[in-house]
Amino acid sequence: MNPIDQAKNAEAFLADTTHEDRLDKLLWMMRMRRDAAARLVTEWEELRTLASEIKEHTLSNLAEYLEQFEANAKANGVIVHWATDAHEHNQIVYDILAENRIETLIKSKSMLTEECELRPFLERRNIRVTETDLGERIQQLDDQPPGHIVGPSIHKTTKDVATLFSQKYGSDPNNEDPAYLAGVMRDNTRPDILHATAGMTGANFVVAETGAIVVATNEGNADLSAHTPKLHICSAGIEKIIPTTESLAVFIRLLTRSATGDAITQYTSSFRGPRKGATMHVVLVDNGRSERLGMGRFWHSLKCIRCAACMNTCPVYRRSGGLSYGATYMGPIGIIVMPTFDVRKYSELPFASTLNGSCSNVCPVKIDIHEQIYGWREIMEAKGQIQVVKKAAMRVADKVLSSPELYQVSTTALSTTLDLLPHFAIYNRLNAWGKHRDVPEAALETFHQWYKNHRLKANEVLGL
Amino acid sequence: MSALQSPLRNSILDAVRKNQPPPQPMPKIPRFHATAPDDHVTLFSKGVARMAGVVIADDVGDMDSFLRKRYPDAKVFCSAISEYEGTMRPSSLNHWSEASAIDVCVLRSPMGVAETGSILLSDIELQVHTIAFLAHDLVVLLDPKEIVDNIHSAYEHPYFKSRPYSLLMTGPSGSGDIGGITVHPAQGVKTLTVIFSPSPTSKRT
Amino acid sequence: MMEAALMIPCYIDVFYPQVGIATLELLERLGVDVVYPKEQTCCGQPMANSGCYQEAKATEEHCANVFGSFEYVVTPSGSCTHHIRNKFTAGADSPERQRLSKNTYDLIEFLHDVLKVREFPWATFEHKVALHTSCSAIRGLNMASMSERVHDAVFSKPKALLSGVPGIQFVDFDRVDECCGFGGTFSVTEEAVAAKMGYDKLAFMHKASPDCIVSSDMSCLMHLQGCARRQKQEIPFLHVAEILNGVSL
Repeated sequence: MNPIDQAKNAEAFLADTTHEDRLDKLLWMMRMRRDAAARLVTEWEELRTLASEIKEHTLSNLAEYLEQFEANAKANGVIVHWATDAHEHNQIVYDILAENRIETLIKSKSMLTEECELRPFLERRNIRVTETDLGERIQQLDDQPPGHIVGPSIHKTTKDVATLFSQKYGSDPNNEDPAYLAGVMRDNTRPDILHATAGMTGANFVVAETGAIVVATNEGNADLSAHTPKLHICSAGIEKIIPTTESLAVFIRLLTRSATGDAITQYTSSFRGPRKGATMHVVLVDNGRSERLGMGRFWHSLKCIRCAACMNTCPVYRRSGGLSYGATYMGPIGIIVMPTFDVRKYSELPFASTLNGSCSNVCPVKIDIHEQIYGWREIMEAKGQIQVVKKAAMRVADKVLSSPELYQVSTTALSTTLDLLPHFAIYNRLNAWGKHRDVPEAALETFHQWYKNHRLKANEVLGL
Repeated sequence: MSALQSPLRNSILDAVRKNQPPPQPMPKIPRFHATAPDDHVTLFSKGVARMAGVVIADDVGDMDSFLRKRYPDAKVFCSAISEYEGTMRPSSLNHWSEASAIDVCVLRSPMGVAETGSILLSDIELQVHTIAFLAHDLVVLLDPKEIVDNIHSAYEHPYFKSRPYSLLMTGPSGSGDIGGITVHPAQGVKTLTVIFSPSPTSKRT
Repeated sequence: MMEAALMIPCYIDVFYPQVGIATLELLERLGVDVVYPKEQTCCGQPMANSGCYQEAKATEEHCANVFGSFEYVVTPSGSCTHHIRNKFTAGADSPERQRLSKNTYDLIEFLHDVLKVREFPWATFEHKVALHTSCSAIRGLNMASMSERVHDAVFSKPKALLSGVPGIQFVDFDRVDECCGFGGTFSVTEEAVAAKMGYDKLAFMHKASPDCIVSSDMSCLMHLQGCARRQKQEIPFLHVAEILNGVSL
């Protein structure tokens, strides 16, 4: 498989200025809301440090905490499953549903189930799946993956949604009022919710001490999905574990403020056991996480709490759209997570960054995201994933730039346009610089020549 | 469905053990008390309003006439509190999806959180959990004395270690998924009204 | 008299020699004995930044050999300084390399923190300036406060220095520390996004009606100037060193 060409996808997204401009402004507003929320919490930086330390403690003692969670969850009446990879996860979920003769499933948003591609797996086996998160449902209706991990359909305009709903639900295509459209969805989804015989949720946090699954939603749809039917299946990545309820407080204070600027989500729920008369399953999923834990500095990406603050602040993401990454996790965090799944497919992602560092500064668990992006570029070289033309260009550049003689020859020989720049810049697309920008004009005299003419010669005259 | 002797479990735990970085210490977590007790009610009320909820601080008098006046079109009043009968009780619901027919649901919360404007609910108050999300309008009584300062204090409530289900609820359900504009409701309750009302027992559960 | 080696980044050498000259003259005005090692080429950042570490090795080693013996190495570039100080790992470890990483200063840092100069009486600049500070300078070298760190005190070393030039005024513009889109080889590999970021940055600045656009990183300005000229904007672009050295528009 060829690597995902994020740059090309981004170019296509940019060609449609309406969507790009809207996404940029909307997500920048989220960033501003995040800043305003953080300003109101005097201990904000202290909380970030605590969150980072708690995650590092937990991940470095992960096996112990997983066992503790399992024991407590079982004691609470939860059935705990373990899945090595996506396929096992999907099979376990399917087996539970099949055993209970379930044909309709409602589920709340879970990036893990996206990662595992659960929905198509179940649909191929004749299970009808209804997403209950509004944005996720919009993406489901449009047969498109999420474009953002908090707001899956954030890249769509109200007009896009009005058009989609009119096609799928027969609603008024000209009514773009979000309240109206949310009402259309509510009316159309509620029957599915009331009649579903099983519900699924993801997990924002998994508390070892209490065996609790903690889920945060604005819509209340995790609670609806978990407790309207009599069967609740929760999928959780093994990195979601935190030690205690006391530590949970730190993350709850950071999560929503980082994501949307609100102090907390409308529904922040702890599921410790099955509701009365029901069954609750938890599927703990590895799917490459244990391997990432052993990947030197890259294990820090496992600290992620999926707030999307790094996406909202990322100037590249805002102008590329989430779908351009061709990945379950997109934006800065996606760049450092996706190559752990498939190094070839996602080999170009680490280059979709200016390394500006804003992502690391907003990260509530202090992942050094931009440093990791830089590190991934190094890995791509080590794994032979740098394009041949780029390597060749860089080899020439190194040869020239490590030799004063060659450097002088190549810089003084150029007179009008680029002759030096091509060595390190213009290697994969003919004059890519000049497509949207004027090319700088080389000076008549380089600084080096000027120095030689005005200083060295003068010194020689003076006998220095 | 025997997940008990899963060989996958052990192989995953082995892989985790093999790859775990050197153990790092657990930090001590301060509770960050910032506000004086007097501020809690004001902060809480602001927090509820920020999330599109409503706080009623005055005595509402007779609950039945208050509710009928406030929700003139409502027919099904579900009460989960002892001091008000309503037209039905949560226990009368056969299937939990039937909560969808409730117009107004009345509950008492044992705790509010000043920092966020959240109220705590659990399986004890709700009995049938779906009444907190399938009912149209939610009315929650809260003793202002039971408002704690922040989320750190909130998570010290015993419910989080003892109840199968506990919920910090903050305003009615909402979504910003269409055009980034927050609208209410989404899939859950349409309105949330918190009424300050001293607890009959004045004690935490 | 303090001795310092002057490092002129390759793109300044070729495209913006006047910035090199201004840096040299400014340091000399301030009484620094400036040495310009003529064997210098480049710090290796363009290759390393592209993930091509092997291809950065010889260049980095050459840079360390040329500059490794100086107590102060000064360069008018935040991104080169950031590379040499924080990411100089492609070449073999050597005493020269370690010394160079430790002793390299961006010109702004050198003036602000080492020489601690605040006044530039030979210069006047009666113009409104839109000051852009590079991400390498802000988040790599801590030369200005970061907008994400909302509880930190607000400061800017380049602004503090420029404030010592009589007559200068600063304009405030939106998203002041959002990346301009240069990003090294990013500017070419992701040219569409890079250009859009540049256009957006210019639009925010334009709203504030500055007389010129100023930065201590010429690479950002090379990119922004390319965007501006394509849009037929004739606004001048200047390096901070030029203003501190007394340039007039």
